[in-house]
Amino acid sequence: MMGSHNHSVEDHPLSAPPHQMENLLLHDDHGVGGDETKSFSTNYRSAMSTLSESHHPLSPPIVAAPAESDPLRSPPHLHFPDSPNPNTSSSYIDPPSYAEAVFAPYDGETNGVDPPSPPLSLSRSPSSSAEYLNITVSNPVKEQETSNSIVPGSNSYVTYLITTRTNIPEFGANSDFGVRRRFRDVVTLSDRLAEAYRGFFIPPRPDKSVVESQVMQKQEFVEQRRVALEKYLRRLAAHPVIRKSDELRVFLQVEGRLPLPATTDVASRVLDGAAKLPRQLMGESVLAPHEVVQPARGGRDLLRLFKELRQSVANDWGGSRPSVVEEDKEFLEKKERIHELEQQINGASQQAESLVKAQQDMGETMGELGLAFIKLTKFENEEAVSNTQRIRAADMKGVATAAVKASRLFRELNAQTVKHLDTLHEYLGLMLAVHSAFSDRSSALLTVQTLLSELSSLQSRAEKLEAASSKIFGADKTRVRKLEELQETIRVTEDAKNVAIREYERIKENNRSELERLDKERQADFLNMLKGFVVNQVGYAEKIANVWTKVVEDTRGYVDEST
Amino acid sequence: IWQTNFPEYQGPEKIVIRRYSDFVWLRDRLFEKNKGIFIPPLPEKSAVEKFRFSAEFIEMRRQALDIFVNRIASHHELQQSEDLRLFLQAEEETMERLRSHETGIFKKKPSDLMQIFKDVQSKVSDAVLGKEKPVEETDPEYEKMKHYIFELENHLAEAQKHAYRLVKRHRELGQSLSDFGKAVKLLGASEGDALGKAFSELGIKSEILSAKLQKEAHQLLMNFEEPLKDYVRAVQSIKATIAERANAFRRQCELAETMKLKEINLDKLMLIRSDKVAEAEQEYKEAKSEQATKTFETIVKLMNEEMGRFQEQKTLDMGIAFHEFAKGQARLANGIADAWRSLLPKLEACSSS
Repeated sequence: MMGSHNHSVEDHPLSAPPHQMENLLLHDDHGVGGDETKSFSTNYRSAMSTLSESHHPLSPPIVAAPAESDPLRSPPHLHFPDSPNPNTSSSYIDPPSYAEAVFAPYDGETNGVDPPSPPLSLSRSPSSSAEYLNITVSNPVKEQETSNSIVPGSNSYVTYLITTRTNIPEFGANSDFGVRRRFRDVVTLSDRLAEAYRGFFIPPRPDKSVVESQVMQKQEFVEQRRVALEKYLRRLAAHPVIRKSDELRVFLQVEGRLPLPATTDVASRVLDGAAKLPRQLMGESVLAPHEVVQPARGGRDLLRLFKELRQSVANDWGGSRPSVVEEDKEFLEKKERIHELEQQINGASQQAESLVKAQQDMGETMGELGLAFIKLTKFENEEAVSNTQRIRAADMKGVATAAVKASRLFRELNAQTVKHLDTLHEYLGLMLAVHSAFSDRSSALLTVQTLLSELSSLQSRAEKLEAASSKIFGADKTRVRKLEELQETIRVTEDAKNVAIREYERIKENNRSELERLDKERQADFLNMLKGFVVNQVGYAEKIANVWTKVVEDTRGYVDEST
Repeated sequence: IWQTNFPEYQGPEKIVIRRYSDFVWLRDRLFEKNKGIFIPPLPEKSAVEKFRFSAEFIEMRRQALDIFVNRIASHHELQQSEDLRLFLQAEEETMERLRSHETGIFKKKPSDLMQIFKDVQSKVSDAVLGKEKPVEETDPEYEKMKHYIFELENHLAEAQKHAYRLVKRHRELGQSLSDFGKAVKLLGASEGDALGKAFSELGIKSEILSAKLQKEAHQLLMNFEEPLKDYVRAVQSIKATIAERANAFRRQCELAETMKLKEINLDKLMLIRSDKVAEAEQEYKEAKSEQATKTFETIVKLMNEEMGRFQEQKTLDMGIAFHEFAKGQARLANGIADAWRSLLPKLEACSSS
């Protein structure tokens, strides 16, 4: 597990590595906690002890840092002295490094912060923790496309190394492997999954970027994309059904060219469509059963599209309602609910962003204030003519130190907050998946309805033909042939209809089970998010309170004097 | 123009009402008559119309004016000033009359006007005679002190700027917590059940904390940012005294020159036994008794004392300000910790259900 959490946090005094919930299930960090005897945090500690082990034991402030840190990488400065007396824990920071410490960027965000999905999957499904599928995306490399183009070296692209560790049997005996893939392959994977798993909430893939090749090669862009790819693949790995899919397996395991049919480009579709068009225009267009399993797309399925469009208009305008409607009401209710939920999540996510910004600003300004006071302190000391100046300088230094510490704590708090509240953003992304799963359903329904109405019109035509031909003795040969053809068409259409209905039912079932899963997982995830957020706030608030309490004590003399 | 009215007590329980411009009057008078003494600073006039009537601004101003008067009253020289007594006891009409005296571009007495002309004159003659800059003291200790004061103002101004921003940040954080709380509550309503309840509790706490932050922002403004600003003003007041001292020094130099000239003249006349000897002697005696030297020496002595007192006072003032600042931050942080902590058992209950 270590490999996937190896983000290089800059090793400066107070850079506590980010919240590592995942680690805790594998290594018990409790031992590093040390002795906590601070009495005022007993309430907190007793609350803490009732929290399940899936929680980060953010132990009381004085010795919190070691518990937070990766045991392999405890920043030495962060190890607070074990003595409970805050007054003896002088200089949390080395004095000379104030400036650097405040202005050194907090690296947690930029170096592949752990996406929430691994901890989510771990804490949510303890039963399948025996089965893991851990994916890492790394090592972007620029490669040349070996094309016969006239312009040399024109088509270069980036490939990423995708390493997987798993014990899932479907992957075979191999538990550790890696392949190189380019972004185009990811698009292919996502398209194939969308086709094969209609009705499921498939995590959306990272966007294609409409940028020029120069930008594509920039370090920043490549890194952003690497992070996004990793998140995407991990989300796929977290989905109980998709993680076992052939498509994903092939993507992760098979070296060399990705053996999935690539998305057909527009040109060939147009050609295809053009070939089919004459047939469609002249004869009856027959919807082959295997075709109904996919929604109508442009190009090839032009006529089918038109038919389904006509059908949907008929539906909307209150035409004859086909029988496939029954429990739609319940579904529509759920859909409404999901829609509203999405809006609320969106609102909360926006406010979460502004909260994070406000915390960030607070930390920054506090730091600047601290620095200004440090300069003042230095100044007073240099220019001191009287003793009172030195005393004032000392007081000021106390405040300055506290402010700088508080500033750093705010920044850490914020980095953690970001990770927790990120859950909201995750779910917004998931909502997209829900939308497309719902539209899978509606398009399948539309197909069914179209087929049904087509069937009924075919059947009425057949009836008419039969009626007509039965009146005339010595059956008209052409009419008989027509009837036979018609009946053949009816049979095929009937088959297609059945397939379409089966497909629709399948998608409905997928929707249903996914909704169930969504509800359950969402409950768990959101609760975790809340807990994480609150625990984080408590921990840091206590630390900050400590920092200032010391200054209160140190300056207590002034208040008594002046009264 | 000025709107603030201000009641206060004095001695045997006398209450008078004063406007901001009355304070300005008092300060100007004290400054004129007590060169060398650091007169306590006044809060700024506010240029922005809208802001002038806000409750916060009035409160800040009131606090600053209160401190102003009390400082004067506790300064052993200034407290004896007649102007102070007038200020504290006169009826409103009297104050109005006194105030209107001061209007006018120069706001100075005739003798001062003369002095200004003289200054200009000497500057011109210096330029004509090819002298360089106006004469300045060369006392190294004094130079150090001047440098200190000027630098100090810069440092303090920066600290004060950040302190003010910090107040703003508190308000912003409070606002965003409030918005966050509302959004979370809405989300809770959508969710329902245990989770929904958890969200709504979180939302409620957020709103409570938002109020705490706003309150703390106000405290921070009054008890930390204001004292810093006051410190800056005090330093600016010292700069004004430094300017006065420079003036006095120049006049003293001029006087010394004048005296020299008169002495030479006198000797010359005595030599030729002129009738004008008596006249010249008289002039010489007059020059000798002129105040300029005394004024300057007084200023120097006073400034030294004042500087010492100033430093002591500021250590005390800042000590209190730091204490209040730290207390406020600790109080806030503890409040935040308590509020969130109280949620934990509820959240725990949610997940186990």
